[in-house]
Amino acid sequence: MSIKVLKPGLLTTVQDRGRHGLQHLGIVPCGAMDPYAHALANALVGNARDEATLELTLIGPELLFEEPALVALCGAELAAKADGQPLPRDRPVWLGAGTRLATGRAARGCRAYLAIAGGIALDPVLGSRSTYMPARFGGLHGRALRAGDELPLAPLAAELAAERYPRLAEHAALRGALRTVRWSAPPMTLPEHEPIVVHAMEGQHFGRFEAAAQRTFFEATWRVSPESNRMGYRLSGPALAAAGAGEILSGPTCLGTVQVPAGGLPIALMADHQTTGGYPKIAEIAAADVARMAQLAPGGTLRFARCTLEEAIELRRAAHARHGAALRALAWEYGT
Amino acid sequence: MALRRARTPRPLGVVPLGDCAAYVEFSETLDLEVNVVVQRLAAAVRARAVPWLRDVVPALGGLALHFDPEHPDLPAAPLEASAALVDDCLRKGLPDAGAVGRQVALPVCYDPEFALDLTEVAARAKLAPDEVVRRHAAREYHVLMMGFAPGLPYLGGLDPKLTVPRRASPRAEVPAGSIAIANEQSVVYPYGIPGGWSVIGRTPLALFDAQRDPPSLLAPGDRVRIVPISRAEFERRRAGGRTP
Repeated sequence: MSIKVLKPGLLTTVQDRGRHGLQHLGIVPCGAMDPYAHALANALVGNARDEATLELTLIGPELLFEEPALVALCGAELAAKADGQPLPRDRPVWLGAGTRLATGRAARGCRAYLAIAGGIALDPVLGSRSTYMPARFGGLHGRALRAGDELPLAPLAAELAAERYPRLAEHAALRGALRTVRWSAPPMTLPEHEPIVVHAMEGQHFGRFEAAAQRTFFEATWRVSPESNRMGYRLSGPALAAAGAGEILSGPTCLGTVQVPAGGLPIALMADHQTTGGYPKIAEIAAADVARMAQLAPGGTLRFARCTLEEAIELRRAAHARHGAALRALAWEYGT
Repeated sequence: MALRRARTPRPLGVVPLGDCAAYVEFSETLDLEVNVVVQRLAAAVRARAVPWLRDVVPALGGLALHFDPEHPDLPAAPLEASAALVDDCLRKGLPDAGAVGRQVALPVCYDPEFALDLTEVAARAKLAPDEVVRRHAAREYHVLMMGFAPGLPYLGGLDPKLTVPRRASPRAEVPAGSIAIANEQSVVYPYGIPGGWSVIGRTPLALFDAQRDPPSLLAPGDRVRIVPISRAEFERRRAGGRTP
């Protein structure tokens, strides 16, 4: 029971909710860059939240499903066709044996998540199936998918698809030859219009920056540079001058930390970030907004809006509540 | 007991590291005695097994506490709750330094082929290369922090004579197992990664192996004693598997 990779896409990796509790050993959390879209895709096919999905980046792969499968594609708006039929996004779709799923370029957003009922049957490494490419572990051989790879599915994937899909039957609709439903789950993280607004609070070393740099950080429009990746987003814009001299002591970082190296251009740390860093931290992005930022493709633009810790917590609570309601509604469809 | 409490330094502050973590800062500069307190505090916090704390990360000058944002027990004000937790640990007394971390022997081969920057370091320190090796191998090191890459230790306790700055231009890839020095510290590169510290030796042991339990050879708070080995011993231990 597996998926054959015909074309790998630009960067397609296996990701889940991440590898936590090991940062004291320098082990990075990893996980889906957009955890909301990842969780939604899982819920749409009736999976538990811990299952892994495929994270598709900008240009998706072409996959051959050897057995029937129930799938859902969420996140970035990638053109996708199943045996030539447009594949509807953000909803469960039943694919028959031998279906070729060809995904293309993202029209909006940067990362899409493909969930398959039953999940991806790879052994967790250090508690997670997430791929960590820099140290080559997790996911499929610790690397992005390549043409010719066979991605193992749960032994019962076809049975799960056959069992779960009829539960959706009262909403069932035929889309050409595709079996799907009439409803879809609303995306939460796609950029509506750029520059997107990303909430951030002052970082540990904010006070070390000159007043002009402090203002510029929150006033400038920043562009995601092409050198950005899963470890960090490099932002291009006006260089920020640090006040005072001397290096800072290396210290802990986290998802959404914005560091400013000597060149003065900020780097926002993303899912594969290093657990410690030696550059001054000018800001910390509100956790609720990191996933939205992950949907910005290179060339995309953003502005930072100053917020307090309390406001960041409130944003996170509100996002979790909206997201939680969607996930509960989907679980109800599956009677779980 | 009262005396020890009086000597335990207080944190400079507990600052947010975003809305999902707190940083308990003790020092803005490298201070080995402060780091011992950080390690003891990390052990005390860890022993509490607080369900909403996902990571307890001791660093050079402080301790990071990462929250599980989805945990139902996460307090409404986790920063204040973290500060209260740290305060309570400090008040009730921290475990003794000797009870934190393990004693680990690290075999190191200083063969010229591995010691890529030994000549340069010796010239800077105005010492013979053999003397650099002797001084480096003679010290006991403390793992102050792990970071930069999985399994990479920052080791404190370097001989002050061996203080060198980082190299002007970093190497694109430092070979796995390389022992390097800079910033009054020593590091060991767990696998081939870019790095700017001066390389003076290599260990045959795997610092990190995701398939091994535990995956990291070293952990924060460990005390590391170096065992100098010959080139022949290096080859034998590398060929003979990851651990002797």
